[in-house]
Amino acid sequence: MQNNSLWSDALRRLLANRAAMISAVILTLLILSAIFAPFIATHSYAYQNLSLGATAPSAEHFLGTDTLGRDLFSRILYGARVSLMVGFVATFVALIIGVTWGIIAGYYGGRIDSIMMRIVDILYGLPFVIFIILLMVIFGRNIWLLFAAIGAVEWLTMARIVRAQVITIKGLEYVQAAQALGVPNNRLFIRHIFPNILGPIAVYATLTIPQVMLLEAFLSFLGLGVQPPMSSWGTLIRYGVESMEEYSWLLIFPGLTFTITLFALNFFGDGLRDALDPKISSD
Amino acid sequence: MLSIFFRRLLIAVPVIIIVTTITFFLIRLAPGGPFDADKVVPPEVLKNLNATYNLDAPVLVQYKDYMINLAQGDFGPSFRYPGRSVTEMIFTGLPTTFELAFYAILIAIFIGILSGVTAAVKRNTSLDYIPMTIAMIGICMPTFLLGPILVLIFGIYLEVLPVSGWGSLPGDKILPSITLGAAYAAYIARLSRGGMLETLNQDYIRTARAKGLSEFRVVFNHALRGGLIPVVSFLGPAMAGLIGGSFVVETIFQIPGLGRFYVEAAFNRDYTMILGTTIFFSVLIILFNLLSDLMVLLMNPQARDNT
Repeated sequence: MQNNSLWSDALRRLLANRAAMISAVILTLLILSAIFAPFIATHSYAYQNLSLGATAPSAEHFLGTDTLGRDLFSRILYGARVSLMVGFVATFVALIIGVTWGIIAGYYGGRIDSIMMRIVDILYGLPFVIFIILLMVIFGRNIWLLFAAIGAVEWLTMARIVRAQVITIKGLEYVQAAQALGVPNNRLFIRHIFPNILGPIAVYATLTIPQVMLLEAFLSFLGLGVQPPMSSWGTLIRYGVESMEEYSWLLIFPGLTFTITLFALNFFGDGLRDALDPKISSD
Repeated sequence: MLSIFFRRLLIAVPVIIIVTTITFFLIRLAPGGPFDADKVVPPEVLKNLNATYNLDAPVLVQYKDYMINLAQGDFGPSFRYPGRSVTEMIFTGLPTTFELAFYAILIAIFIGILSGVTAAVKRNTSLDYIPMTIAMIGICMPTFLLGPILVLIFGIYLEVLPVSGWGSLPGDKILPSITLGAAYAAYIARLSRGGMLETLNQDYIRTARAKGLSEFRVVFNHALRGGLIPVVSFLGPAMAGLIGGSFVVETIFQIPGLGRFYVEAAFNRDYTMILGTTIFFSVLIILFNLLSDLMVLLMNPQARDNT
C-alpha cells in the first residue's frame, strides 16, 4: 500500500506525544485488567461479608470494603468491564450508523443528501438525555437497550463529520482524475475515498468513548443504568456518595479510577487528532 | 437574516410536535398501568380512576385530547400526586431550577471567559498552562463526582458551607451553583481561548495595534467581539446540558427543582408528569438553541451575509 507513509508518519508523531503515550499505557493496562478481571481480582465482586462491613484499605482488602463487606478493588475491576464495554459497544453502534449515514449522504449528494441531513438537524434538536431516561423507565434497565440508546444519540455528529469529509475528498483532483479514467464507483470509493476518511473517524470515535462512558455513569448515578449485582463505575460512585461521610474511600477510589480513565481517553484522542492531522491544532 | 431565523422557527414547530407524539406513544408502550404499584384496588375503583384520567378512551382519542389540552398549556393531572396538575408542579419547580441554572451559567461565563481570554493573551506562559490544565480536569470530572467531593471538603471536613438544601441556610446556594457551573466554565475557557487566538491573528487586530492602541483596548474593544462567537454558539447546547446537570445537582443537594421532580417521576412511573416535563424540557431546549443561533447571526456579519 502506498499510503503506508501517511500512517507511519502519524504513528511517529503519536509516539512522540508524551501525554498521549502515557494515556495509551494506562488504557492498555486498564483494558487488560478488565479482560483478565477473574484472575486479578482478589475476591468475588458479589460476595457479601456482612459481619465485616465497611473497612478502610488494609493488606487483605487494599482498597477497603463496602458497607456489605464486598472487596472494593474487585468491584472496581469488574466495574471496568461494564463501563468500558458500554463505552466501546455504544461507540461502535454510533460508528456504524453515523459512518454509513454520512457516506451515503456525502457520496450521493443532491436530494438524498438534503433529506438525510435535514433528518440529522431535526434529531439534533431533540433532548436525548431525557429520551434515554424515558426509555430506561419504560423498558426497564436493560444493558443492551442502554448500548443501543446511547449509540443512537452519539451517531449524529459522526454522520456530519463523515459527510463533510466525503464531500471534500470527492471534490479533490485525484478523485476526479480517477473518475475520468473510468474507475468504477465502488472501487473509487473503497480505494480512493474511504482510506482518507479513516483518520477523522478514528479520532472522533476515540473522543466519543469518554462521552458515552460519562452518559452511562450519569444514568447509573441516577439509579437508571446498570443494575446490581452488576456494577459499573457510575453505580459504585452512587454508593460511594451515599456513604461518603463515614467511608470516604468508597467514593474516592471509584471516582479517581473513573476520572483518570476519562482523562487518558481524552488525551489519547487529542494526541491522535494532532498526529493524523497536524494542520488542525487542538483548540 | 431574519428569514433564516424564521426558517429555524418553522422547523422548531414540527420538531416539538414530533417530540410530543413520540413521547406520548412511548409512554403508552410501557408495561403496566400507572396504578399497578398501588394496593389491589377493586375493579370499579380502577374503572373510576381510568375514567377520571381519560384512560378508558381509545388511544387516538386520548392523544387528540392531550394535544388539544397541551396547546392550551394544560399538561393534565399528575398520576402520583392526586389533585395536583402537572402544570402546577412544573411551575413549582421551575423557578428554583432557573435560579440554579442562572447562577451556574453566570459563574461559568465569568470564570470561563476571564481565564480563556487571559490564557490566549498570555499564550504559552503559566497563565495559559495552569488554567487550561484545570479546565481539562473540569471537563473530565463529571458533575456527580465533583458535587459530592465539594460537599465532602467544604461541608463535612471544613464545615464552612451547608451540605444540602436551597434557600434555607445561608450560603447553601454556593456549592450547587459551582458544581453545576464548573464543567461549563471549563468548556467556555477552552472555547474562548481558541476563539481569541484565532481573532488575535486577524489583519484588523494588526491594524488596531499599528494605530497604536493600547493592548487592553485591542483586546477588549476589537478582539473580544469576534473571539467570543464560539462561546455564544455554545450557550444554546450548554443550556440543554444544564438541564441534564440539574437532575444530578438537584438530586445530590436535595433541591426541590424541576430536575429532581423529573427523576422522582421517572422512579415513581408518574407517566403524566414524565410526559409533561419531557415536552416542557424539549421546548425549552429547542428555544434556547434558536436563541443562541440568533445571537451568533447578530454577532457575526459573515454568517449573516452567507445566507
